[in-house]
Amino acid sequence: MTQFTFWDIFSNLLLATRWTILLSLVAFVGGGVLGLILLFVRIGKTWWLRRIVQGYTELFQGTPLLMQLFLAFFGLGLLGINVSPWAAAAVALILWTAAFLVEIWRGCVDAVPKGQWEASASLGMSYIEQMRHVVLPQALRISIPPTVGFSVQVVKGTALTSIIGFVELTKAGTSLANATYESFTVYGLVALIYFVLCYPLSLSARILERKMNAAHRH
Amino acid sequence: MPLIDIDALHKSYGETEVLKGIDLHVEAGEVIAIIGKSGSGKSTLLRCINGLETINSGAISVGGEQLVEDELHLRKLRLKVGMIFQQFNLFPHKTAGQNVMLAQQVVKKRRKAEAETKAREVMDRVGLGDKFDSYPDQLSGGQQQRVAIARALAMEPMALLCDEVTSALDPELVGEVLQVVRALAADGMTLLMVTHEMAFARDVCSRVVFMHQGRVHEAGPPSEIFANPKTPELRAFIGMAAA
Amino acid sequence: MQYHFDFTWLATYWPVFVDGAWMTVRLIFVGGVLGITLGIYCAWARALGPKILGYPVAVYVELIRNTPFLIQLFFIFFGLPSLGLRMNEVEAAMLAMVINLGAYSAEIIRAGIQATPKGQFEAGSSLAMTPVQTFRHIVLVPALQKIWPALASQVVIVMLGSSVVSQIAVEDLTYAANFAQSRTFRAFEAYFVSTLIYLALAILLRFALMWLGTLIFSTRRRAAR
Ligand SMILES: Nc1ncnc2c1ncn2[C@@H]1O[C@H](COP(=O)(O)OP(=O)(O)OP(=O)(O)O)[C@@H](O)[C@H]1O
Ligand SMILES: [Mg+2]
Repeated sequence: MTQFTFWDIFSNLLLATRWTILLSLVAFVGGGVLGLILLFVRIGKTWWLRRIVQGYTELFQGTPLLMQLFLAFFGLGLLGINVSPWAAAAVALILWTAAFLVEIWRGCVDAVPKGQWEASASLGMSYIEQMRHVVLPQALRISIPPTVGFSVQVVKGTALTSIIGFVELTKAGTSLANATYESFTVYGLVALIYFVLCYPLSLSARILERKMNAAHRH
Repeated sequence: MPLIDIDALHKSYGETEVLKGIDLHVEAGEVIAIIGKSGSGKSTLLRCINGLETINSGAISVGGEQLVEDELHLRKLRLKVGMIFQQFNLFPHKTAGQNVMLAQQVVKKRRKAEAETKAREVMDRVGLGDKFDSYPDQLSGGQQQRVAIARALAMEPMALLCDEVTSALDPELVGEVLQVVRALAADGMTLLMVTHEMAFARDVCSRVVFMHQGRVHEAGPPSEIFANPKTPELRAFIGMAAA
Repeated sequence: MQYHFDFTWLATYWPVFVDGAWMTVRLIFVGGVLGITLGIYCAWARALGPKILGYPVAVYVELIRNTPFLIQLFFIFFGLPSLGLRMNEVEAAMLAMVINLGAYSAEIIRAGIQATPKGQFEAGSSLAMTPVQTFRHIVLVPALQKIWPALASQVVIVMLGSSVVSQIAVEDLTYAANFAQSRTFRAFEAYFVSTLIYLALAILLRFALMWLGTLIFSTRRRAAR
């Protein structure tokens, strides 16, 4: 049996952290793009399309992410696609992220005062023009803090992909814990790395929100 | 010995000195109206007497007990003086009766039955015997304020501090609250009230204290204060109040 | 290639799912009750308590909110025994859920406490109540009422998140799917069934919590009687 020093453990974990970061980015960017498309449907004028997107978000928010990962993993297989854990993880996380971002962003659009719609309508703007020039720019501002805040959930969510066999930080942690019998140290370090990834995001979300509230009052 | 004794009381919020040396002596059974412009420090004075604000210097004693800034002494002091707020501050999740019973049970450790008997007695006294089981949001402002008075009375204080108890009320509800206060005064309760109701002050109070820029600027019986104000500030204030 | 969905195996395996769902319900019941209780104490410490309590609680809250639940679970179940703290997998899962929900609900409840009008605290003080008495009898219930919907959402999130306790061999709803698929080789269908049950549990739990909320907080109904 090979001996692992503390630094062996730590450097192995750091190497695996790359994959956590990469998967988080893919999920967040992909989920953001899909979420934006769904947002336009969600606030659009076709009621049955709105309803479908609403059902989509409720489905993804009402079931465990782990189940979504399993269903993606085995479901893509059924379609005859040869899936790697990486692909299944990315697909599931993108769908999951999009579902949450749509809801967050819809709340931000709703938060734009009704007077803004009325004022822009009275200037003769079309629905698209109202959206583009008046409502969305304001909603975008409000949406930044909760969106940054949600990125923390995405990073933490990637930990579950270890269960379908994707090798990232958590998976590296379990492997190392099994190899070294140093569970306390290994999981302590894993937690610490996640904390270092997530805490700056949490903190900036809070600072942004405070700034926005302060700006709002003056 | 006076019931409430205030000597050289100073109170600042940060840089701004709000009370600049207040001396006030209140005998048992006195009914005192505190009048003055907005920002003259009337509320601050009452809040200091109730220990809701920490004082910078000077002394306050109630019933011979010195105000000392620790939790235990503050609570002892607060048992001697009750406070009625402009905004009633009833507990929204409790019925009127429960509002009146709560502090009796947790502070005075009265048993429930005993607290309820007392609560019904004071609720009758403020004319709300039939509203015992109503929640605050089912009561009018005037009724809520009377519950607040009952809540303070149930603790059997030696004096009541009232801070603009009718200012948050619709005009037609002011009368019922003042009537309760008038009855308390007639029963010999010591009252220290900040008020803008000049007619009421003239009628009911034994002494009027005019505050100006953090000081007691002028004080005396209502007949003198209102009929014969000595300082130009008081004259201006009364002129404004009359207008 | 055409795949044929097959759920016939459910005829034999449904009791496994019932047992699993029951375990998930038990976990969220214990986790919910104790987690919210812990959250109340921590929220008090953060919002009103002495700094010497407030700071460690802040650290606890941030540590939990910024690390994955799965890692918290592994740390408790695999890591703590080396400190002599040994527990079985169900106890570890419950502890992890309590600690996790405790941190999230602390933040939610704290917001409710901070939204309490100053006059409520002053009314308590002026009636000679201690700060703790004021919190317990005056501030707490209206504060909880204000944030109850957010708290209910968080409990549902923790219930859904509990699906990872199958990783330390707790026989919950996810474990049931793992078990069924390993015997039937019908993985997609097995996880599909579990997913549907989770969805139903989430909806039921939300309803139950909202009903509980009206039961605790609706003063109107009690007044009408
Ligand atoms: N918490 C506080 N922090 C800073 N300044 C305060 C605070 N409370 C009161 N002040 C200031 O102290 C001064 C006196 O306030 P106080 O409330 O005692 O006036 P008041 O005579 O009761 O006026 P009003 O008739 O408007 O109620 C005011 O200038 C006010 O701005
Ligand atoms: Mg005032």
